[in-house]
Amino acid sequence: MKLIYTDSLVIGAGLAGLRVAIASKERGLDTVVLSLIPAKRSHSAAAQGGMQASLGNTVKGMGDDEDVHFQDTVKGSDWGCDQDVARMFAHCAPKAVRELANWGVPWTRVTKGPRQVVVNAEKVTIEEAEAAHGLINARDFGGTKKWRTCYTADGTGHSLLYAVDNKAISMDIPVHERMEALSLIHDGKRCHGVVARCLVTGELRAYVAKSTTIATGGYGRLYEVSTNAIICEGIGQALALETGVAKLGNMEAVQFHPTAIVPVGILTTEGCRGDGGLLRDKDGHRFMPDYEPEKKELASRDVVSRRMTEHMRKGKGVDSPYGPHLWLDITLLGRKHVEANLREVKEICENFLGIDPAKDWIPVRPTQHYSMGGIRTDATGQNPQLKGLFSVGEAACWDMHGFNRLGGNSLAETVVGGMIIGKYVADFCQQNTLEIDTGLAESFVAKVQTEIDTLVDGDGSENPFELKQQMQRIMMDYVGIFRNGPELDKAVSELQALLKRANALGLKCKKRHANPELVEALRVKRMLKVALTVAAGAAARTESRGAHAREDFPQRNDKDWLSRTLASWPDAEALSPQLDYEQLDVMKMELPPGYRGYGIDNAIAHPDTEKREQQITDILDDLGEGADRHERQSALMPFEVPESLTPKNERLSEMLEQQVAGEAQ
Amino acid sequence: MSQEATKGRMLTFNIFRYDPQEPGDKPKMVKYQLEETPGMTVFIALNRLREEQDTSLQFDFVCRAGICGSCAMVINGFPTLACRTLTSKYPKGEIMLMPLPGFELIGDLSVNTGKFMRELAERLKLWLHPISDDIDVHRLEAPMDPAEAAKLYELERCVECGVCVSACATAQMRDTFVGAVGMMKLARFELDSRDGRELEDFYHVIGNQDGVFGCMTLLGCQDNCPKDLPHMQQIAYLRRKMAVTLV
Repeated sequence: MKLIYTDSLVIGAGLAGLRVAIASKERGLDTVVLSLIPAKRSHSAAAQGGMQASLGNTVKGMGDDEDVHFQDTVKGSDWGCDQDVARMFAHCAPKAVRELANWGVPWTRVTKGPRQVVVNAEKVTIEEAEAAHGLINARDFGGTKKWRTCYTADGTGHSLLYAVDNKAISMDIPVHERMEALSLIHDGKRCHGVVARCLVTGELRAYVAKSTTIATGGYGRLYEVSTNAIICEGIGQALALETGVAKLGNMEAVQFHPTAIVPVGILTTEGCRGDGGLLRDKDGHRFMPDYEPEKKELASRDVVSRRMTEHMRKGKGVDSPYGPHLWLDITLLGRKHVEANLREVKEICENFLGIDPAKDWIPVRPTQHYSMGGIRTDATGQNPQLKGLFSVGEAACWDMHGFNRLGGNSLAETVVGGMIIGKYVADFCQQNTLEIDTGLAESFVAKVQTEIDTLVDGDGSENPFELKQQMQRIMMDYVGIFRNGPELDKAVSELQALLKRANALGLKCKKRHANPELVEALRVKRMLKVALTVAAGAAARTESRGAHAREDFPQRNDKDWLSRTLASWPDAEALSPQLDYEQLDVMKMELPPGYRGYGIDNAIAHPDTEKREQQITDILDDLGEGADRHERQSALMPFEVPESLTPKNERLSEMLEQQVAGEAQ
Repeated sequence: MSQEATKGRMLTFNIFRYDPQEPGDKPKMVKYQLEETPGMTVFIALNRLREEQDTSLQFDFVCRAGICGSCAMVINGFPTLACRTLTSKYPKGEIMLMPLPGFELIGDLSVNTGKFMRELAERLKLWLHPISDDIDVHRLEAPMDPAEAAKLYELERCVECGVCVSACATAQMRDTFVGAVGMMKLARFELDSRDGRELEDFYHVIGNQDGVFGCMTLLGCQDNCPKDLPHMQQIAYLRRKMAVTLV
């Protein structure tokens, strides 16, 4: 058995994983990253629209700050998020954007003077301040009060990933490519690393580390049609689940993006609507104002996706061989804008649809897009059940997104979460010793080896490709945008039947080295368990919150369900996860549950809400008018970030105000 | 795209097969047949072939949307991204797939571009070398000319797919040639006002036959680049810059 030791082991070389690796290496720790693919091919590269950070440089961003970003994020989450984490995140986002500029990201910059933009289908002229010239620009995104989404055209993920990977290369951080982690090495209390398989040679290796960080992204490929890269299969979540100890949080919270192209499900960025694009039905009618007169196309993603589905159910969808779809119209933005700022969208339309989006409408429909759920962590990114196991980015339920993530907050989470959690990971590595129990490592390697032997030499006959397709169809049909009890129960029982069948997988290709069928077989059983955590969690949650919309329980029920679902799999042979719940404490919230701003307010209130609101009023009264926003915030809900990240964020508006005040004196 | 016209057509795939790890295996071309479906891409076709006909077939895809650069291969003689190549593009319905030349072969259509790109980045130091390391992330960022930022983004759209290297005669003859990808990236940093390197520093790594003076200007890089990057313009630009340093 090949044993590799390191201090900080990171699984996944996307933005979140690389950022944690950089933070470890900055402290002089020995750091190794494992990745299925070359780092720059990670799914982070596909993020188009941008990352939210309240810089407030543009005229449409003036007045933005951490408070507004925090409030938008909490409302977006439908009060399902961890407000401490949302605060840590909003506070550090501007720092991450500025750090990335120093690492080479060519952020789109503000040009002073007037420019024409499209707002609510009308051309308007806005005038950028002279003092803002050359500072980082921002565009409009759904569910945000201010224009806050920093971007590089519509290739933001690409720019960020390249800059961060380049930084990692400059620091000599090794990325072991084409390595797949298949099992965590643990003793039930502490995580000691992973067993990984080389996808080229088939060699099994034990990586033993002080800290293990899972940053493998989401589980979108549990679904038949997804905007996710084909590697986003939830194996990171499965690694944690299969320990039997570590818990996954809110796995049923799955976001559908409103505008993926039909039929292949490739994303067109929310920037299309942010920049002024419209949704139209089969009659060319712009229907979103009928449903959401205030936010229209820029309501939260879960809301827009549901409204689109409702509208298609009324027969207003465009018929196609792949079922009904709607139109995304960006023609009104003009060719120049499309070719400069929505260039990826243009290429996708040309290559996959054969259309020119500067003159043709784009066929779109809501498609699986983001996993709000993931490996449950505390605010430092550590799993509460297994010491030394960290998780970050989409793989984690850290939990700043609750039941619905705002556009631009995922790319932000990767680098901001990586920046914060990376420091806690480094702290952990400095405070703990490496515990090497080669017997323990060998026993985990042996287990994976037995699994492979059984697949290759056994007499099973089930086809892994078929099982996966059936799973993906079940998830699509029964655990989608609108959910109900009977369908979810059906999903659970059908997935359980597949999981049983997965015990009898058999391979046609008997190679032990590079063998795509073996890779598929090793993944499908793990994916089925993750799919069951989604379906079972959704079946149990009898309310509607964010992206989890139950037709049979349309109300958001704070009284009974202001809680986080925790899923674990203590008995490896069982066919169901164990579900527990973690209550959210209203009395500690800076922003108690309230109306989110969409449709009718049908929430069932939590008994503590009124009490907390009164308490907040009293606290603020006691503080008096002299207190600034930082003092008020800190009195309501103090939060911590690593010391080097605590300073306040400087903003152009505040500097200008100081200047004006200075001149007046 | 005419869906009716392409529906049900039988496609013939001629695919390069070779497993370098399998003792005794020899490179060969293997023929497969598959019924075309509307909107079929080489990505869809290869996955169906693997699932239904030969589970050992090796190839790489990640984003399947033309964004990540994983799936470059030679299709009917031209290197390109397989994920966004529609089968309807080939009127005869015959499609030949070969791995990208110039890279270590992992198996069948899968090549190790990742290893190549990482080594290139280390050799040419393809990252921003900031003028000052002492930048405070809590303070307002340094302004940058908006036109410069836009220009940098334009040059940064390379996805490291390897097409330019495989389409380059010089790179095929000399492994040490940095290829258009290396020069495009250096040009991007040379233009970046935040980068502290001088022309001499760039000359040190590409002012030779392995760099700007090795290019034969056959245009394979520019003609095949899936991102339409202006490779020749950048190589010419660097050449002029390097020539200046000689004076």
